[in-house]
Amino acid sequence: MKKYNFILTILAATALISSCGNQGNNNSTGALASSAAEKAYVAPGEHDEFYAFMSGGYSGNITVYGLPSGRLFKEIPVFSQFPTSGYGYSEETKPMLNTSFGFVPWDDAHHPDISQTNGELDGRWIFINGNNTPRIARVSLSTFETEEIIELPNSAGNHSSSFITENTEYVVAGTRFSVPIPQRDMPINEYKGNFKGSLSFISIAPETGRLNLDFQMIMPGFNYDLSHPGRGKSHGWFFFTTYNTEEANTLQEVNASQNDKDFIAAVNWKMVADYVKNGGGTKMATEYAHNVYDEHTHTATSTMKKEVITVDPTEVPGAVFFLPTPKSPHGCDVDPSGQYIIGNGKLSADLTIHSFDKMIAAIEGEKFDGEAYGIPILRFEDVLAGTVKSGGLGPLHTEFDDKGNAYTTFFISSEVVKWKLGTWEVLDRQPTFYSVGHLMIPGGNSRKPFGKYVVAMNKITKDRYLPTGPEMEHSAQIYDISGDKMELIYDFPTHGEPHYAAGCPADLLAPKSKKIYRLDDNKHPYAVTSPDQAKVVREGNEVHVYMSTIRSHFTPDNIEGIKVGDKVYFHITNHEQDFDVPHGFAMIGQNTSELLIMPGQTKTSVWEPKKVGVWPFYCTDFCSALHQEMQGYVRVSPADSNVPLTYSLGE
Amino acid sequence: MNTKTFSIGLVFSLLLFACGGKEEKKEGFSVDRKKTTEKTVESTEPASEVPASQRITLDNKGVGPIKDLPLDPNIDQAMVDRGAALFKTNCNACHKVDKRFIGPSPKGIMERRSPEWIMNMILDPQLMVEEDRCAKDLLVEFNGAAMANQNMTEDQARDILEFFRTLN
Repeated sequence: MKKYNFILTILAATALISSCGNQGNNNSTGALASSAAEKAYVAPGEHDEFYAFMSGGYSGNITVYGLPSGRLFKEIPVFSQFPTSGYGYSEETKPMLNTSFGFVPWDDAHHPDISQTNGELDGRWIFINGNNTPRIARVSLSTFETEEIIELPNSAGNHSSSFITENTEYVVAGTRFSVPIPQRDMPINEYKGNFKGSLSFISIAPETGRLNLDFQMIMPGFNYDLSHPGRGKSHGWFFFTTYNTEEANTLQEVNASQNDKDFIAAVNWKMVADYVKNGGGTKMATEYAHNVYDEHTHTATSTMKKEVITVDPTEVPGAVFFLPTPKSPHGCDVDPSGQYIIGNGKLSADLTIHSFDKMIAAIEGEKFDGEAYGIPILRFEDVLAGTVKSGGLGPLHTEFDDKGNAYTTFFISSEVVKWKLGTWEVLDRQPTFYSVGHLMIPGGNSRKPFGKYVVAMNKITKDRYLPTGPEMEHSAQIYDISGDKMELIYDFPTHGEPHYAAGCPADLLAPKSKKIYRLDDNKHPYAVTSPDQAKVVREGNEVHVYMSTIRSHFTPDNIEGIKVGDKVYFHITNHEQDFDVPHGFAMIGQNTSELLIMPGQTKTSVWEPKKVGVWPFYCTDFCSALHQEMQGYVRVSPADSNVPLTYSLGE
Repeated sequence: MNTKTFSIGLVFSLLLFACGGKEEKKEGFSVDRKKTTEKTVESTEPASEVPASQRITLDNKGVGPIKDLPLDPNIDQAMVDRGAALFKTNCNACHKVDKRFIGPSPKGIMERRSPEWIMNMILDPQLMVEEDRCAKDLLVEFNGAAMANQNMTEDQARDILEFFRTLN
């Protein structure tokens, strides 16, 4: 009886607490009242509302997460070899990582950007830059595979990249390091006046997405840090933050921070593109790789290009202007209307907002404040729209919602600050954990943001999770921004070092996500489309194994007549035509990775047997109840043996 | 008794290993293991005594999209040709016309299974294995090698069926 009463009391108390909680929701203050867990919770079997594509930084790849759950769906290999799938190891994908420096199996991936139509995300492709050995990659958002990588000559530290103009006319890439152009042997301390910075405009074919390095602008030797396209009224312009306008070549930490103001370079790319189209620019001999993956042959080819068109900005009057911007600006962001260009001086407490209209008026009035290497400098006061006095320290990057608000990260004071466009009033601030770099709102750098969540990507993790030794994954926080105040709802680790990220509504991509490769579309030259075509062919000391797989056997699974010193190519076609039934292939002692072959796909792995014996291979992906039976043997005989070449299955 | 047999076997295996270094051809060991047909407790159907591959289940239409499929008495050769080509690309890895392989041979299948059952098995093998008794027993008889869904359209499955009609 006593116990019964006790339970009743508890029940009543709970009911009271619950009802109070509901009322409290309106203010959305405090995690208890608003149930942060419920907002981030996506029930088992349910799908997330948004995709988030995070750059992997030094992993060289892109990771795909769901929002609001923070669940990791996939890592897409882009610039780095990836043994999980065999990317960069298989014969078909090795050409993707070819450069003018030879095979470069890694890069530092920074800023993904999704293709746009009329300034809105269209979900066809995502682009990302390789920072170290300058490259731009295009990834298909139906296969989630890297389809193209183009190297950039005359660039070094490809950082102010890869940003998309509002109809995906160009993917734009600026150099962080200025270098001698063309490269030559010269003293480092003769940097000033001699080194140059290149801004690359890579056109995108509307149907195929095929990339072409249309032209490079050869700019003064500053560091071009970040960039964003104009949109709406400012479509046709591109804006780049610069630092090291001092043109220092050593102890940059001090020497590149001397000037009170650096510049935002405003480039009228439409004017320059027309100039080039009409025969302007200078052809320069150079060398860069262009690598293209064909979805139908499942094979990449690498072509070495020998020439690029360079444009001297002083030859195109009216195309380039410098907007003075305080304190070594880092982030360069344009609001959804295209009116405001935000430059965040990373050594400042304030944000500087330039007005596109005022910039045009100043240009038309020819109100210049001198020039730098022949490029007109506009007067700061003439282009300034306003300043956000936030009280934070170290502003880096800004994204936008669909209600006229902007959200800026502050690295030094570890916070996200929400402010109002036009009034420059600070509306809210929330701490991040810790030292936030970029932030991302799905569509937050387009004309149509989806202002429901913002993800803050932090540089320092420290105590956020269980410790895993000195090396930890970086932390990210997700905030609900649908109300007046931002609300921290979840915190999750991210792989590599995400710099920027891009997000979009799930329904933009999910319905067109490819499930299988159709076997009857397979144009791979070594594919076998029916198991009776499986064969083993010797051409000198090269042996080509045309092999097929289906649950759960390889055809053939016994091969004899291979000799030490042979180069054996296993061309494996997965004959499954069902969603999510890949097969793997691994050969003992192989000096490369396994392969993971999707349904209907063909991949090739090379094996150079070094030892006499009978050596097994097997399927690495648990494919069926009989997966452990999915194996085979290769008999390797001495180099001078006469064992005939034979192959079989079930004999 | 069992323990004793096992011990003898073990000694025999050890002997085999000891001989491994020599050149002479080994026949390996063999154990007389007759395959037992699964007898599930709840089963009362006498049909389960006959291996599923030999059972005649012409009245069973199976489970899946095909409910009723009357066949024209004349065989359509164009369909047969298309079906044979599809069979070669999509089925041949596991089904051989002339022998039992990973799965059963399609030879004579029209005398054992209804057209609807065959079509359903091609179109949704997973559902069939879950809900159709015969399909379930076949999976067990064929060592748990589950039939792959090859994403055939109904027309493609129908062509394959027409090809099966020529295999008697």
